[in-house]
Amino acid sequence: MEQKTNSPQTIICRCEDVTVEEVRALIARGYQTPDEVKRLSRCGMGQCQGRTCRSLLLQEISAATGREIKEIPMSTFRPPTKPVKLALLARARTEGEGGDRR
Amino acid sequence: MKSTADVVIIGGGINGVAIAYNLAVRGCQRVVVLERNTLASGSTGRCGAGVRMQWGTEMNCRLARDSISHFERLNEELEFDGDIEFKQGGYLILAYHERQWEQFKKNVALQRSLGIPSRLVSPSEAGEIVPHLDLGGLIGATFCPKDGHVNPFKTTQAYAEAAARRGVEIRKFSEAVAIDRDASGRINRIVLAGGDEIATRVAVNAAGPYSQLVGKMAGVELPVHSERHQILVTEPVAPKQGPMVLSFAHGLYCQQTPHGSFIMGLGDPHEPRGFDVGSSWQFLENVAAKVTALMPALKEIRVVRQWAGLYNMTPDAQPILGEVPGVPGFFVAVGFSGHGFMLAPMTGILLAEMILGLKPTMDVSMLTLERFARGELIREPSVV
Repeated sequence: MEQKTNSPQTIICRCEDVTVEEVRALIARGYQTPDEVKRLSRCGMGQCQGRTCRSLLLQEISAATGREIKEIPMSTFRPPTKPVKLALLARARTEGEGGDRR
Repeated sequence: MKSTADVVIIGGGINGVAIAYNLAVRGCQRVVVLERNTLASGSTGRCGAGVRMQWGTEMNCRLARDSISHFERLNEELEFDGDIEFKQGGYLILAYHERQWEQFKKNVALQRSLGIPSRLVSPSEAGEIVPHLDLGGLIGATFCPKDGHVNPFKTTQAYAEAAARRGVEIRKFSEAVAIDRDASGRINRIVLAGGDEIATRVAVNAAGPYSQLVGKMAGVELPVHSERHQILVTEPVAPKQGPMVLSFAHGLYCQQTPHGSFIMGLGDPHEPRGFDVGSSWQFLENVAAKVTALMPALKEIRVVRQWAGLYNMTPDAQPILGEVPGVPGFFVAVGFSGHGFMLAPMTGILLAEMILGLKPTMDVSMLTLERFARGELIREPSVV
């Protein structure tokens, strides 16, 4: 698929307001895995946990390095699957007491 | 491929890159850092990002105090094209029973004797420092305004880039698999996965939670073990908490980062030794129950991500620094017991000085490996 040209100011990670320009600058500095770009720019660290920007970031790395997307190691998918309020998690524990949950 | 180096550092976490930078600044040529994954991918990048001077042993206090002085000016010192995000909101450490309070009084007396601006505070003062803190059961706290938060990824990047500009070779995705010694016992070669070899007379073990495995490569049994500590981060919210809140009674720490998110973690006394870095739902429920009881105002904040990292524990919860007796050229900076990130600026300087035979900035001879054989242990009482 041909790479669509984004303007430098295009937001690639909408949760953390990370622009294409910032991501490209990190890739140019040698940070060429999704994990490195994520940890230094916060791209993919927000509410949606990279659901939107993950594939865009892979495309950027692929375009800059010439590596195929399937060869680029993905970031670890970490729980929870969607954001959960602390109150709800705290209640789950209280309600679980007396049952078979720890 | 065969190459030659003056110093090979195993481990591209904060300590590995800080040692490399400090070697290069002192004129050491041909320094190589080997990292099997990406920089800060081990314990550094998984840590709670807190930095504090409030410790219970003289060595930890001195190392932390001087490291925080470096964090204060590190952006400039390393000419960093970025920001390490140092926020000095302080640490508020909570006491819930008399024995703990007695220990805290000793800690603060020790800290103040070393010039650390910590103090004992009453429950009502603690409530002024963190207004959303539930004061039930609290008998007192200690507070140091110079403690705070630093971004571990950015700090590692800052050291690594400064080191690289001074000629250090940083090799990511390069795993050391063997360390050879010559007939006299001295280090003489590092073998990498894939077969590359580096001839060197000095090797530095900065492998964090894997330090015992790297020790074995050189034939050295290190008295350390690794254990998982879990942690989570929330969505960002408006600034509401200045200091880190730390409670040994709860086993809990919780801090709001400059970004607005809260980072919190919980120690588990039943955690088995090992290398597991998986996450559990029990952790989420336990930390949520404790933190919302202690600070109910955080109830509506959402958790976005959880992960885990490894502490590399020593019997006295203090690091092991220096050359291994009987193995010339093998230096260790290991066993940080959960506080390696915050001590890294001083660890980097001290290891560089030891390796180059320079006069040490600080006497850390108490932290040699030999202390365990001699049984001269002063246990750090303040670890979560």
